Amino acid sequence: MATEALGWWGVPLGILAGTLRGSAPFLFVSLGECLTEKSGKINLGLEGTLLMGAMSAYAISYLSQDIVGSFWAPWLGVLMAGLSGMGLGAIHGWLAQQRRVNDVAVGIAMIIFGSGLAFFLGKPFIQPQAPQLFTFHFGSWSTIPAVQAALRISPLFLIGVAIAPAMQWFFRSTRWGLYVRAVGDSPDAALAMGISIFKVRFFSIMAGSFLAGIGGACLSLYYPGVWTERISSGQGLMAVALVIFARWRPVQCLWASLLFGGAQAIGPAFQSVGINSYYYLFNAAPYILTLLIMVITCSPKRTLIGAPGALGKMD
Amino acid sequence: MPRDRRLSVNRRTVLRGLLSAGAFGVTSHLWTSCARSPQSESGVAPNSVDSPLVIGFIYVGPGDDYGYNQSHAKAVAAMLAQFPDIKIVEEANIPETTAVQESMRNMIEIDGAQIIFPTSWGYFDPHSLQLAQEFPEVQFFHPNHPLDDSHPANVGAYYSSLVEPAFLSGIVAGLMSTTGKLGYVVPKPIPVVLQELNSFVLGARSANPDIVVQTVTTGDWALPIKEAEATNSLIDQGADVISTRVDSPKIVITAAADRGVYSCGYHVDQRDVAPNAYLTGVEWNWEAIYVQYAEMTKAGKTLMNGGIPKALQGGLKEGFSRISDYGSAVSAAAREAAETAKVQLASGELAIFQGELKDNRGNLIIPAGEVWQVGDPRLNTIDWMVEGVIAS
Repeated sequence: MATEALGWWGVPLGILAGTLRGSAPFLFVSLGECLTEKSGKINLGLEGTLLMGAMSAYAISYLSQDIVGSFWAPWLGVLMAGLSGMGLGAIHGWLAQQRRVNDVAVGIAMIIFGSGLAFFLGKPFIQPQAPQLFTFHFGSWSTIPAVQAALRISPLFLIGVAIAPAMQWFFRSTRWGLYVRAVGDSPDAALAMGISIFKVRFFSIMAGSFLAGIGGACLSLYYPGVWTERISSGQGLMAVALVIFARWRPVQCLWASLLFGGAQAIGPAFQSVGINSYYYLFNAAPYILTLLIMVITCSPKRTLIGAPGALGKMD
Repeated sequence: MPRDRRLSVNRRTVLRGLLSAGAFGVTSHLWTSCARSPQSESGVAPNSVDSPLVIGFIYVGPGDDYGYNQSHAKAVAAMLAQFPDIKIVEEANIPETTAVQESMRNMIEIDGAQIIFPTSWGYFDPHSLQLAQEFPEVQFFHPNHPLDDSHPANVGAYYSSLVEPAFLSGIVAGLMSTTGKLGYVVPKPIPVVLQELNSFVLGARSANPDIVVQTVTTGDWALPIKEAEATNSLIDQGADVISTRVDSPKIVITAAADRGVYSCGYHVDQRDVAPNAYLTGVEWNWEAIYVQYAEMTKAGKTLMNGGIPKALQGGLKEGFSRISDYGSAVSAAAREAAETAKVQLASGELAIFQGELKDNRGNLIIPAGEVWQVGDPRLNTIDWMVEGVIAS
């Protein structure tokens, strides 16, 4: 019987599949936040950006399917998600750099604004079906349908995986990367170099929000592939915590995102093989992980290596 | 000392992150609770003679979630169309916490609501019970929550029994399965959910006694990613028809269709989500109930004067619930079996919970010869899963 064929193997397979499916939003948001924080500002509003991205991607994909066809419509949605993210990022980038304005407070305001706007504009798109992004079928060598399904990978995920080392290289080896790091670590030195702090931060926040918007598109156009008001369930904020965990290094953001994406699958995977006890504990795994990370990184005896020097300072 | 300064800044950053995460928790109540609330008329004294009848509805999720909350919101709109002089106050996205007490209090004190329908299970205890004691002249009606004598006189309940449509969709699912294994995504293992899950399983096993049902519990009414993960895990384990009782089954139906597997809907008709993979669904018909309450209230009846019964009860026969139209994939045999059972259920020829019935641990629950009819209060105490459910 096909039912018994998989059995316990379903648990690691389910967690692997969940990792590949569920980590893309974390990856994009954390990379975006990493870029933002490297320039010395925090953008907590990425939760709202994520929702706005998810909504606009879904809406544009649905509305444009008759004009550009169902292959390109989702890609147009992805682009729109990024642009709507940039729009929100521009507001944050401008507001958070005004005199005596706290970027954390602006970020919270942007969460409320972004999600409120997404809920308001997204009402008509809850019921209809939008065309989804295509996926690569890397599992076609296998005869087991579960393996085939697990290895259906979104191009967005691959793009995200490619962005991580590219961003690392950008920070380390390019002139612009140096500008971002300089502004984030020592604004005075950057100013002495003749770099406009405002512009660097503004564009870093915009670019970071662009990525976070695409993270939203992963949610609504790939997995789980619908638009509802509950779609983000706090992933945007978890991704912010994840950047601290990853010590502001893009490649470590990738590993952290995979960890968090996989953690979401633990509960369901165990239950599907009949382990029903402690499911609340399994379901809480990502949050417990976040807390542990916070506790560990908050140790008073250790410095946080890699934190941008100007992060969290008022100017 | 530059090094020390750096240290303190970094710690502050981390603390700030923690603080802001906490602040998000607080603000998340702020922005969700202000949806769909019509303008308030402060200064109107509740229960004054010429003020209009004000009824408050509270939903746990968005009013258009394509699921449970939408089924209520649509019924409210339909009731309003019949009784345009009633003033409706609606609040959506209210969590099952003290936030709902604030919502109720605002509805009563500011909008002058005389009747409140808190439409989610978790609003009942302690929230509705506390407010009911505080405002003895306001009536609270809860869907599908069992009552006993200790509850205040101004708390009522209405039961739209979904066990019959759940049984019918179980028959369809059981006959359409080829692997002999069905999947069920459980939001919360509470009696209302479990009685319908059990009914689904009994229906499936009445059609095919070898059927087993695997469950995955997500823990809340709406957790999109977890629901999609649960659906995928169930399919990995060989389930080929997935049903669920979460608030917005669209995610489960999409995820199942994506894997080429059948699914059953819930709450409202979701056939359009996956026309070829959707089998059938279980639907509420709250409209019939809300219109009855409106009529009774217009006639001056209340819970307190005994005009309105403590509990309003109905299922398939009374039109309080129904089964959705069948999807195109459903075979003629499955259709016929479900339709036959529907007639038999309505005539009382067929009962769902009848002895001898064992739970999945082998304990005898209903002895041979005994029948729990729809509306039996014992149905609301179900904390077991029937034989055929795989769970430890």
